[in-house]
Amino acid sequence: MTAAMLAEAWLAMGANRLRTLLTMLGMVIGVGAVILMLAIGQGTQRQVEASIASMGSNLFIVLSGSTTSGGLRMGSGATPTLTLTDAQAIEELPAVAAVAPSSPGTAQLVYGSNNWSTQVYGTTPAYLAVRDWKLAAGFPFTDSDLRSATRVALLGKTVVDNLFGGEDPVGKTIRIKNSPYVVLGTLAPKGQSLDGRDQDDTVIIPVTTAQRKLFGTQFAGTVRFIMVQAESGEAMPAVEKSMNELLRQRHRIREGTDNDFSVRNLTALANTAAETAQVMSLMLGAIASISLLVGGIGIMNIMLVSVTERTREIGIRMAIGARGEDILLQFLLEAIIISVIGCLIGVGLGVGGALLVSTLSGMAVVITVTSILLAFAVAAAIGIFFGWYPARKAAAMKPIDALRYQ
Amino acid sequence: MAELADAVIRIEHLFKEYATDAGPVPVLKDVSVSVASGEFVAVMGPSGSGKSTFMNILGCLDVATTGRYLLDGKDAGTLDGDELARLRNQVIGFVFQGFNLLPRATLEDNVALPLIYRGTPRGERLARAHEMLDKVGLGAYYRSRPNQISGGQQQRVAIARALVTRPRLILADEPTGNLDTATGREIMALFTELNRQDGITIVLVTHEPDIAGHAQRLVRLADGRVIYDGLVEHAQAHHLEKTL
Repeated sequence: MTAAMLAEAWLAMGANRLRTLLTMLGMVIGVGAVILMLAIGQGTQRQVEASIASMGSNLFIVLSGSTTSGGLRMGSGATPTLTLTDAQAIEELPAVAAVAPSSPGTAQLVYGSNNWSTQVYGTTPAYLAVRDWKLAAGFPFTDSDLRSATRVALLGKTVVDNLFGGEDPVGKTIRIKNSPYVVLGTLAPKGQSLDGRDQDDTVIIPVTTAQRKLFGTQFAGTVRFIMVQAESGEAMPAVEKSMNELLRQRHRIREGTDNDFSVRNLTALANTAAETAQVMSLMLGAIASISLLVGGIGIMNIMLVSVTERTREIGIRMAIGARGEDILLQFLLEAIIISVIGCLIGVGLGVGGALLVSTLSGMAVVITVTSILLAFAVAAAIGIFFGWYPARKAAAMKPIDALRYQ
Repeated sequence: MAELADAVIRIEHLFKEYATDAGPVPVLKDVSVSVASGEFVAVMGPSGSGKSTFMNILGCLDVATTGRYLLDGKDAGTLDGDELARLRNQVIGFVFQGFNLLPRATLEDNVALPLIYRGTPRGERLARAHEMLDKVGLGAYYRSRPNQISGGQQQRVAIARALVTRPRLILADEPTGNLDTATGREIMALFTELNRQDGITIVLVTHEPDIAGHAQRLVRLADGRVIYDGLVEHAQAHHLEKTL
């Protein structure tokens, strides 16, 4: 019975091929757009999430504050107010997981005949834990390196590529500002940060080495910023509060005076970015869904025309024994077949389009089975929803009226 | 007259009105007719006499306003749409003036169509369709389409479609109205054969005395009433010329 109905529906669709194809085109474009937009939206979202994960979780960054000299207000970090002892004190606070004071600077690196200018981070071994950064090879420097300010370095992937080419850098000696440094290990690649910087273009050395031997400092023991990791997301507000109190106390800042440091919640910023990406993804999907809706209305329109055109046929079928539900099923099947075939082509087009976009523009795209299944479910639902009214109209005809229709 | 026990059709005091803007218009007024199994009945009457409405009610395509209609022992007035559809499918075979074939379907598919609504498997549907097409002399045209054959052949296909369900009753509404005289005669010969050899009850509407002459019994309608019900020969001898 159903097989016969399918064959009939196929025949009816074949009778007006151009019209069937044009109706289908509405679904093809709708589904294709939804798949493509979801792929791009989810790709962007995934990229943002990966960047956030690469930054480390539950992070604060404490910057030394601005200063005003002769009416000129300097930016954050202009006055070196934070010290290594501040960092040690923060580490004692409850719910603080790790603390990494950092002194960054730019330096020229030389190995053999290659040289490369990059960001050199003077920091502590805790930095790797805070940033959730693994080593690709070798081992990290230790607290004893920190105490004795040894000349050792960990190299980011970009630096390795530029200095060493294919050579294994572990154990080799490079020169930073003409002083020899032993390469202890290489860092696993992290890719781009949220603002598009290459996180792998970096060298990590002990903070004490950076302060005493590489860059020097205005005042002994000062650092540019301190990265602080809280034990959990829930602990972050408490950590922020106690950190503020601690630093004001340590820096002897009187009531009513501005801080000479600033605490930024990196995770909150990152979450905002993630939410933005998610909203964008949803919006793309929503806009594409409108074209799917328009496709559905197209199906309804054509089915209504088809029902009117085939009134006499409906009458004949009823006269020879078709029940209302047989007629209903026949027209509903036609609508569903059109929308499902349209959906199949649309999925193919959407997936192809997404791959093309990713190849041409390098944009990240993510095609999930869920989005394809969703498109199918929506297409079938649209077929049923928009096919129902015309089919109902056909089924509700009185046999005698349908048969007399000219 | 029909023996009531074996009546395929039994109509008692049937009235039919159509609602119009000017109020209800009566079309059939107290019609009572019975048709026994195996009869061949011609229904005649001038335009507006109510013969089309009469046929539509006989075919369960329309329902009476009041009165009783028993088809094959079942009271059509008490059945819902689905049950009427089943009755049309199982008891009646229709033949229309305009053939009413599906233009896009092949002849075998056209003939097999009523069996779809019984859930008959495709193989059996086609076998029965072929059998019926052979019977009406169109064995060479299984896969042709209606527009590839003549009007007379199309009406034969329609008859094959009416026969495919092995109905007790064939209702034919001016089956020769769109055909030339010679072809019309061939179609009538086919009806006569079905009636005599297969014992199928036939009720046929026509306005041509020639065509009505193939039947055994004549029911003449005028202004919504039965004005004659009897043997065709009798009517031809006494009334036919007058009432034309």
